Amino acid sequence: MNGDQKPLLTLSKLTKVYGSLLANDSIDLDVYPGSIHAVLGENGAGKSTLMKLAYGVIKPDAGEIIWKDKKIDYWNPAVARELGIGMVFQHFSLFETLSVVENIALTIKGPQKDLIDRIRMIGADYQLEIDPTAMVNSLSVGQRQRVEIIRCLMQDLKLLILDEPTSVLPPQHVRALFDALRKLQNDGVAILYISHKLEEIRELCDVATILRDGKVTGKVDPNETSAQELATLMIGRSIPKIERRESDHKSKDAILNITNLNIKNPDPFGADLKDVSLSVFGGEIVGIAGVSGNGQQELGRIISGEDIKGDLEPSTIEMFGQSVTRKGVIERRDLGFSFVPEERLGRGAVPSMTLSQNSLLTAFKKDMLKNGFIQDDVVSEFTDKCITEFSVKASGNGASANSLSGGNLQKFLVGRELLLEPKLLFLSQPTWGVDVGSANEIRQKLISLRDNGVGILIISEELEELFEITDRVYVLRSGRISSSMQTSEVSPDEIGEYMIGEEIEEGQNAIAV
Amino acid sequence: MTPLEFFLAGTMSAATVFLLAALGELVAEKSGMLNLGVEGMMAISAAVGFVVTYQTGSHIIGFIVAGVAGIGVSLIFAMVSITFLANQVATGLAVGILGLGFSALIGKKHESLTVTAPDNIQIPFLSDIPLIGPVLFQQNIVVYLTIVIAILISFCLNKTRLGLAIRACGENPKAAEALSYSVYKIRYGAVAFGGLMAGFAGAYASTIYTPLWADGMIAGRGWIAVALVVFGTWKTGRIFLGAYLFGMVSLGELVVQSFGVSVPSQLLSAMPFIITIVILAIISSDRARLRLHAPYALGEQYDGSEPQ
Amino acid sequence: MLLQFERRHTASKSLIFATPFIAITITIVISSIMLLIQGKSLQTTFFSFFIEPFESTYAISEVFLKFGPLLLIAQALAIGFRAKVWNIGAEGQMIMGAILASSIPVYFNDSESGFILPAMILLGAFGGLAWAAIAAFLKTRYNANEILVTLMLSSIALQILYYFLLGPWKDPMGFNFPQTVMFQDAALFPPIIFGFRLNYSLIIPIIFTVLVWIYMEKHFGGFKLTVGGLAPRAATYAGYSANGAVWKSLLIAGMAAGIAGMSEVAGPIGQLQRSVTSGYGYSAIIVAYLGALHPIGIVFAAFFLSVIHIGGDYALVTADLPISSVHIFQGLLLVAYLASYTLVNYRLKPRKNRIEKVAYHDAT
Repeated sequence: MNGDQKPLLTLSKLTKVYGSLLANDSIDLDVYPGSIHAVLGENGAGKSTLMKLAYGVIKPDAGEIIWKDKKIDYWNPAVARELGIGMVFQHFSLFETLSVVENIALTIKGPQKDLIDRIRMIGADYQLEIDPTAMVNSLSVGQRQRVEIIRCLMQDLKLLILDEPTSVLPPQHVRALFDALRKLQNDGVAILYISHKLEEIRELCDVATILRDGKVTGKVDPNETSAQELATLMIGRSIPKIERRESDHKSKDAILNITNLNIKNPDPFGADLKDVSLSVFGGEIVGIAGVSGNGQQELGRIISGEDIKGDLEPSTIEMFGQSVTRKGVIERRDLGFSFVPEERLGRGAVPSMTLSQNSLLTAFKKDMLKNGFIQDDVVSEFTDKCITEFSVKASGNGASANSLSGGNLQKFLVGRELLLEPKLLFLSQPTWGVDVGSANEIRQKLISLRDNGVGILIISEELEELFEITDRVYVLRSGRISSSMQTSEVSPDEIGEYMIGEEIEEGQNAIAV
Repeated sequence: MTPLEFFLAGTMSAATVFLLAALGELVAEKSGMLNLGVEGMMAISAAVGFVVTYQTGSHIIGFIVAGVAGIGVSLIFAMVSITFLANQVATGLAVGILGLGFSALIGKKHESLTVTAPDNIQIPFLSDIPLIGPVLFQQNIVVYLTIVIAILISFCLNKTRLGLAIRACGENPKAAEALSYSVYKIRYGAVAFGGLMAGFAGAYASTIYTPLWADGMIAGRGWIAVALVVFGTWKTGRIFLGAYLFGMVSLGELVVQSFGVSVPSQLLSAMPFIITIVILAIISSDRARLRLHAPYALGEQYDGSEPQ
Repeated sequence: MLLQFERRHTASKSLIFATPFIAITITIVISSIMLLIQGKSLQTTFFSFFIEPFESTYAISEVFLKFGPLLLIAQALAIGFRAKVWNIGAEGQMIMGAILASSIPVYFNDSESGFILPAMILLGAFGGLAWAAIAAFLKTRYNANEILVTLMLSSIALQILYYFLLGPWKDPMGFNFPQTVMFQDAALFPPIIFGFRLNYSLIIPIIFTVLVWIYMEKHFGGFKLTVGGLAPRAATYAGYSANGAVWKSLLIAGMAAGIAGMSEVAGPIGQLQRSVTSGYGYSAIIVAYLGALHPIGIVFAAFFLSVIHIGGDYALVTADLPISSVHIFQGLLLVAYLASYTLVNYRLKPRKNRIEKVAYHDAT
């Protein structure tokens, strides 16, 4: 164990401030060689910031970084790489129009031929096979992660930092990743593993530092700590469990019906949709599971009306029994449809505009216009109501959207759409980047909506979330959709199988992606 | 020389003006910078190039100083849009207006003067081949150098690490920065290169192609060069072809006259612009192709702000 | 670089007001340096630019004469710029408006009907609007970049102008100059003060300004355009038509530029000739930005630039300054404004020193 070994990397009293937000408050952390060290915390706790400080992407406002007993005055990714630190980002830093080897060549020296050989060798060694000449835009998310890891392995790696690596992987690939990480550990590499998933950390890591609101709240051995204790350290209070009852308000007819949707994506880097059919009834919550990049964005935009394809059969998309295939966003909303996109700033809300103005964005039909002229008092009233009813922490309806935290802005957006009193609600990644408390409130609201007869469709990458609140679930993969499954009758592993298709070969580790 | 040979040879010379400017803009755009000030950069370099060549009698010095002028103006663009994070479209226009204004000031006292263009090079043997000979092998040195530069740029962008870095900045500057590439430095460099080439283009226009200076002589050729980069979908080879097409069009008056057709001269003067619009519409409507080839981050501000 | 920019949490409202003044100050400083290098007298120059335009009623009327078209076009351009629709071809739209409007006095040179002037206004508006519509069509249908298209159209419009002036509309008594006959009184705006060139067409830009202010500040249509410029994906999400924004922006601008062109030929110029636009189409861009793309700001910016233009005319004589100095001043103004605007969204902070080499110390 760690005994009298010296730590490889010590972060000492690291502090980082963003405006008025103390993202990291005097954080201490030691990483020992050959250990898999978890950094656990919920969204917004400061994990990503800490990792960026550790890798040198950003500079601390106070504190020190000490590598192998020497204080480093000057720190940036190139220096970090030279010392043997590699980082796999949550949102990959790859270039779509370059090939795998070209991407790697940007930071690893050497003639291309040699690089190609090394990529193949390392891939075989760690069961992370990848074709070096493939263009990155043709790779799945799991494959891209392999490229990032291989790139790190091609340096003289001493410490590997991974930021939320499993949020984009189906269960089977998570296991493959863990195997690769354990092999690395055996080879003496230290690993810094950032996540908010308690069970994974307990399975993989031997030490865990827990962050909450930018501070360290604990440093424990996850194997000897219960999930409950970890959760408490992470969140600081107990979160009420979601009250789940089976839905008994299901409507007779489907309020959303998609039949044989076929789309050829004009964007060469996007996904096509093939023969997608699904339905949503009133009084139920339906989920669509799947790893990002499999057509979720395209499907979302077709459902919302942001994309309209003129060559589709009119019956392809129906809401409340009417064809909406050719109808635009506003017409669909008029029918009683509402939706919250996965992108908050820049799509769900205009970042520099006030909350009032953002209410006007979609809620303008709520008596906010008279002959086209904006009624400021009605807008203010609506916004204040939204802020109060949905517990949005903001300085008032004049606060700009980009001044709110992710969780609060999401609550505002969900609130705004709910105040439109929809009968069909569609949300894409409803709790992405949202703190646990707000996420819980949102999910509770969705359940009570369902109990009142509203039909809800959710696209989510978080399997746990889907299992928590949906009644039925589909899986979207490579533009194709599975048949509907009752959530209560299916397991995460089965869903995982759909997510990666039938290509599971014999032997746990050889998984074709 | 037969009229046809004269026309084709003239095309190569005319094309060089477009090609130099377009190649420079290509490099800038590959790094993500949309510099709409090309017309102004060419204008000021045309004036500077002419004045210096006239005063010193040396084309080489004229070209060098014009190149420096082009770099200077482009660095204003770079500073305001990269360091000061201003909107690239507006900044490019502003810098262009500035360049046009300065060109009038600088060239004022040299209006209606001329310089002697340098003699064309005659490549032995090859230049005696009928038709092809006089057209391809009796051009002035700048025409040949431009072709060489085009080949070098294509090689550099596609096969060297520098080219890779430039393309990376144009695709995904955040990722490039995370890999410790200085997006600022690379973009400044690419923009400066664009300025240098625009400088050469302007000097060529005023000291070799039509060896005189007049206010407004660039007459929209800088804008056509910007359009050429889009026509050529950011590929050197296609831009080359496009430049030669426009070289031909700008000599259209000669063609028409030699056929004895009477067309209003204004229509001929408007031809390059009409053709630009038509081709632009055709190429742009293929959105898939644009998405595939246009630098993804083209025209977007990058403030290196620490991602939150 | 000792300083670097750090993003502010929320944009600074006070600096939005201050930036035009900062830009003007920087421009004046740089211009002064350039003047000194050229050995020109600073005092005389400043006098010509900032005092002489106010010295006589006639001078002031000339300032307002320039003010009208600048204001009109800039207001319309600003709407488009806020929606990120880049109309650079206001010159061409002005020309086409002028040409179409001129057709009446050219073909009906003897008529004194009271319908002529209103008809010219309509034709002027239509000419500019139709010309801008070409760009709107190409953008919405073919995704063709409107910057290049409107610019190309300007060059084409110029050729069309030359064609008419040297061809069918050339004044037979005009000594072969490229110009039409002089327009009759019924085809001219009446002057505000007898003997001065300033005429009642000034009403149009003023009314237009009020309408623009109401539209952008209070009307949902203005809100939609603003959202489209700030966050195009949010506009799509809300169901606002992107194509609609393009059409609206270009048609309004084309109409405004066309009317401006018409008011030039039916005003100070009194005929159709080559210099019908006087560079208004490009100056209006600078006015729009200097006014922070805001209807009220543009009023002040238009006035300021009108003073500069008239001052430039005086400086030509009084201070021996070439006319290109006004263009240079304008260009500098826009560059300085764009640079200063950064302060609205970013603050200056001392840069933390970057040392090239890694320095190793022993841990304390």
